[in-house]
Amino acid sequence: MKQPPVPLLVEGRRADGRAPDQMRDVRISVGVISNADGSAMVSYGNTTAVAAVYGPREMHPRHLSLPDKAVMRVRYHMAPFSTKDERKNPAPSRREIEISKVLREALEPAIFLEQFPRSRIDVFVEIVQADGSTRVASLTAASLALADAGVPMRDLVIGVSVGLVNGVVVLDLNGLEDNYGEGDMPVGYMPNLGRITLLQLDGAWSRDRFAEAVKLAVKGAEYVYGKAREALKAKYFEIAEEVAK
Amino acid sequence: MASISPYGKRFISYIRQSQIRRLVGSGVRIDGRTPHQLRDVSIRTNVVNTADGSAEALLGKTRVVAGVKVGLGQPFPDTPDEGVLIVNAEILPHASPYSEIGPPDETAIELARVVDRGIRHSGFVDFKKLAIDQNKVYVLWVDLYVLNDDGNLVDAANLAALAALRSTMLPSAVKDEAGVKLDRNNKTALPSDLSKAPIAVSIGKIDSRIIVDPNLEEELSLDGRITITIAQDSIVSMQKTAGYFTEQELWQAVDLAYSIRDKLRDVLLKSLV
Amino acid sequence: MKYVSPRQVIFPGDPVATSDESVEGAVYIDEGKYRASSIGLVEFRDNKIVVVPLEGSYRPKPGDVVIGYVTDVLASGWEVDVRAPLAAWLPVNEATAKYIDLEKTSLTSLLNVGDAVIAAVKDVDLTDEFPVMLTLREGERLGKIESGLVVELSPVKVPRVIGKKGTMISTISELGCDVIVGQNGRIWAKCPGPEAELALLQVIEKIDRESHVAGLTDRVRALIERYKGGGSARP
Repeated sequence: MKQPPVPLLVEGRRADGRAPDQMRDVRISVGVISNADGSAMVSYGNTTAVAAVYGPREMHPRHLSLPDKAVMRVRYHMAPFSTKDERKNPAPSRREIEISKVLREALEPAIFLEQFPRSRIDVFVEIVQADGSTRVASLTAASLALADAGVPMRDLVIGVSVGLVNGVVVLDLNGLEDNYGEGDMPVGYMPNLGRITLLQLDGAWSRDRFAEAVKLAVKGAEYVYGKAREALKAKYFEIAEEVAK
Repeated sequence: MASISPYGKRFISYIRQSQIRRLVGSGVRIDGRTPHQLRDVSIRTNVVNTADGSAEALLGKTRVVAGVKVGLGQPFPDTPDEGVLIVNAEILPHASPYSEIGPPDETAIELARVVDRGIRHSGFVDFKKLAIDQNKVYVLWVDLYVLNDDGNLVDAANLAALAALRSTMLPSAVKDEAGVKLDRNNKTALPSDLSKAPIAVSIGKIDSRIIVDPNLEEELSLDGRITITIAQDSIVSMQKTAGYFTEQELWQAVDLAYSIRDKLRDVLLKSLV
Repeated sequence: MKYVSPRQVIFPGDPVATSDESVEGAVYIDEGKYRASSIGLVEFRDNKIVVVPLEGSYRPKPGDVVIGYVTDVLASGWEVDVRAPLAAWLPVNEATAKYIDLEKTSLTSLLNVGDAVIAAVKDVDLTDEFPVMLTLREGERLGKIESGLVVELSPVKVPRVIGKKGTMISTISELGCDVIVGQNGRIWAKCPGPEAELALLQVIEKIDRESHVAGLTDRVRALIERYKGGGSARP
């Protein structure tokens, strides 16, 4: 086992002072890129993801379009300056390619793709700052950007991670816990429909710990969902307040 | 590079799809199996004598060959005292009408990475015993070759990888003034612990019915698909691919994965005697 | 059972009502419940709940009047951008009733890249290379735009520019501008002077941004009154 530079958990407190079931500071804003049809920026602590949605729009090249539904294209990418250590090579890594697929398959169950045959919906997510849980922050940002674009969808998809640190199930792994913890489980959750659309896991989890982790992930997703609603509301309430003046 | 909704020849007619779904709804499957029944599984080791270890796994008509080549390299900085595992997957153009020539696509990359994570987190291979000195370690290259894709590549590829690693003979490391070299005339078995073998079990969902080991046509008809990898009593890797699962469906899938794991492990153990 | 109240802003997945209620608009049914499929504004009309989307793209349907920009000149027609998720084109025989000898006449003499047209959607056929077929021949006031201005707003706000029974558009007409509203969220106008033009742009922007806040028609009316009072339309 790798040794962390500081203890990950001391008397029920994590290295950054959080309780095991506590999210980092969650900051969300919607409509951050005016050129995009929809956009959102989501930060979980020091992890920041920016998502932009274009579409539904024409599919090019046309022979790649689908006759019965829209094609969804998702790119997850990390900025070369987003990592703490060395510069990240901007060429897409195997990890980024896999995460792009996992995110697409987490979003597709939420979107009414069948309403837009022969079209394409593009979702681009850029990690500008990475400190663990990047794929789940990306998922929250992507689903908010899709909502902001008015793409018909069943529900938002909120991403949170849970992990195993010194045998304890914790919410929202930071980079340190991601590197030195015993397990990592990113989850994507539709809060209104109670459906899990992203689930990955690694490490060594007993069945009980896994069950506990799913419960905690759902609880965390519900908390982030509250913040996501506030961010969506803000856009419309700010205008309402301005009008009232 | 972005992930794009699959297109092209990966196609199933709606009538065939609704037939598959209707049958599952009444508790049977298109190929005559029951919902929780695996296809025939067989595993053969040492199928390629130029490799340091190899195996072929057949899951119904799905056929995957795994070849292991042992090399020398530097350890990862965060694990200086451990050997290195590199898993790569190629879905050959032979494998189905929709597979194309070219570098591994996202499906192949995901396949390799899911198999990799299971092995890495299970303790099946003792990576500590693969360190040679301060900056030289053994590198295990595991190449997964999909020759025929009739669905559920992960479970088949995982079994092939385990059997290939279990059959791997490690060339001895010889040190001289020029550095470390491998002596392929002098080999010992790769240190591995069969009791810790990570077994991948893929589960599909149609409506809220759970099925095991989906074949290709079933994969194209599913509402949800998840791979659960179990070693000893622990879940060591999971990957939801298509669709979604409710919490309730997830518990069913996990329970089923534990029982199917036992069956696949028995097949693996028998094939290795 | 209803889960929403009038003028409420709701988000994708929010429950709207049980499936025995009468519900229209940006909703879908899942397990016996209507849920919002888009960010939307709840309206109660007669005994119906209507979820009016606040965001979204243009979806072409036959009969729509749209404003498009010519993006390419092809062998027998023009490719036109109409803000749709599908490629649109205007075949030469839908552009003019006159016989055009394609060997002698260059299509660019009729319409060229960068030109704007007011067109009607004649047909949407997904099997065509250009699924949206446009026409300039089947409707009034269709054709190349020679003067005036084009302003854009979100396509889902177009019904608000017209208003219930045309109330909003008749209020806007008091500016003295000639206005044609494209269903794709592009509006053509020709105004009597720059002040009226500026006032119109402000009205459109107001509708685009403030449609979810009650009293929109009154606010637009106030803006127009200010303009008619001789002052600047600027607040």
